[in-house]
Amino acid sequence: MKTTLTFRAAVLSLFIFAMFIGTWHLATQAPKESAAAQAVNAEYAELMGKGAEKTGGFPSPEKVGSAFVKYLSDPFYDNGPNDKGIGIQVGYSLLRVGTGFLLAMLFALPLGFVIGMSPLMTKALNPFIQILKPISPLAWMPLALYTLKDSEVSGIFVIFICSLWPMLINTAFGVAGVRRDWINVARTLEVNPLRKAFLVILPAAAPTILTGMRISMGIAWIVIVAAEMLVGGTGIGYFVWNEWNNLALPNVIFAITMIGLVGMALDLGFGTLQKFVTYRE
Amino acid sequence: MTAHFLSVEGLSKIYPTADGKPGTPVFEDIHFAIERGEFICIIGHSGCGKTTILNVLAGLEEASAGGAIMDDREIDGPSLDRGVVFQGHALMPWMTVLGNVAFATKSRWPDWSKAQIEEHCTTYLEMVGLGHAIHKKPAELSGGMKQRVGIARAFAIEPKMLLLDEPFGALDALTRGTIQDELLKIVRATQQTVFMITHDVDEAILLADKVILMSNGPLAKIAEIVEITMPRDRTRAEMHHDPQFYRIRNHLVDFLVNRSKSYAGSDAAQLHDAKHPPVVRPGLVPDGTPSGDNGGRPVLKQVVNQ
Repeated sequence: MKTTLTFRAAVLSLFIFAMFIGTWHLATQAPKESAAAQAVNAEYAELMGKGAEKTGGFPSPEKVGSAFVKYLSDPFYDNGPNDKGIGIQVGYSLLRVGTGFLLAMLFALPLGFVIGMSPLMTKALNPFIQILKPISPLAWMPLALYTLKDSEVSGIFVIFICSLWPMLINTAFGVAGVRRDWINVARTLEVNPLRKAFLVILPAAAPTILTGMRISMGIAWIVIVAAEMLVGGTGIGYFVWNEWNNLALPNVIFAITMIGLVGMALDLGFGTLQKFVTYRE
Repeated sequence: MTAHFLSVEGLSKIYPTADGKPGTPVFEDIHFAIERGEFICIIGHSGCGKTTILNVLAGLEEASAGGAIMDDREIDGPSLDRGVVFQGHALMPWMTVLGNVAFATKSRWPDWSKAQIEEHCTTYLEMVGLGHAIHKKPAELSGGMKQRVGIARAFAIEPKMLLLDEPFGALDALTRGTIQDELLKIVRATQQTVFMITHDVDEAILLADKVILMSNGPLAKIAEIVEITMPRDRTRAEMHHDPQFYRIRNHLVDFLVNRSKSYAGSDAAQLHDAKHPPVVRPGLVPDGTPSGDNGGRPVLKQVVNQ
């Protein structure tokens, strides 16, 4: 029964996809232009020194498809600062996200532990967290650029600051919510604090902590595109902005799809990790 | 007083009310003693502070006044000397059955090798009949099996005293009976000193040497201590043939149903001496059930310490 449901869902998905592409195709068919208009357009194109076909409006699926083929057939070429393969661009973005995320982890997990263990720290730090949390990570950009004086580091900082809050809050929440019984077991066994932290509290809170990490990663991947548009140089966000400046919409659509796919892969990765630490009672 | 293995002296507990002021004590001026190798059950209605007393003995909670001395040392925190079996088994679900017991064993003997720990744990798990399930996760076990693991974990650290907080409360009658028999066997074999909370009168009669009866809270007191005078080698299958059984059982049920409520205003409460609560042996009375509220007098025959 389960396989048939999966199968039916897959067929439906494919159908929706085909409908979408078909509609798109029909909608982007070049309108029949009058002969006069065509002549004017051709003349204009000639004046601009370009072929007539480049002036068309929203790109058709065929054009976007050829952009896919072009970029995916050679993802790692490097022809200078403004022309790198998509693999290299995504690689740069992942590197920034990874670095910022890891730094946030190093900060958020221990601090979250402390906050979760101590009601005093929870109360004392809560106002700061509540104020800092809703700030758009990009709002930090000017400050980061000014103090860090390096666009690369600033990008990483923005990822750091946006990954921090969900991880911190979920870690604190998970640690504070560890079943009293388990803590009491550890207490009656006179387990030392380090062993208690790693063998009781960490595994007990792991599902909640990982949920926080998953949310953080999702946000980081959203923010990196905007950050790279601002900072420039490399990365998938810069790629989108660069292709927009080139008015190469097929490439923009290709890049958008790539962002979605990579984001999904990251989320799936964390989903798998989450399954790994989840326990059944 | 220190002649006893464990003595509880003047214990009372006050929880703060919602507005932070101290409330009425749940119980106050509790005195009792446990000898080495004794099995003590404590019975009383919810809210009389049984679990609090057990937690104080475990060192998990602090009393508002008074204290407890075990083996000449004051109890001032949790200790490996006292193993606890929790009401809701409290197994760590991310560890296997063996892992759970090994976690306790490793805490007790940090220097033991892995093989040594595994062997030790397996012995105790086999003792509770779980030799076949040691690599399973708690989620794969039934409620009774989980509680058995909890018992094995508490026994594995070889504590001086075992504290059981209503360990069979959530189990069905059949499973409960089986595990009671197992517990009885192990306790007799190991000469373990046990303090156990229960709501089940039959369970108390089967397992205990003495049953502490608590009156209702707040201001709960030890109303009396009932000595189970039936032979110690009693079994669940045979004990109801013993003429003592129904006398003791009726006495306990009568207390729970009638006297525990009205205790506060009764004659018995007037005569109550917190340091020496009446010790009674209802099993030895030749006939009839002692009636609590009218008869301070006939009851006195069974009262052995007055």
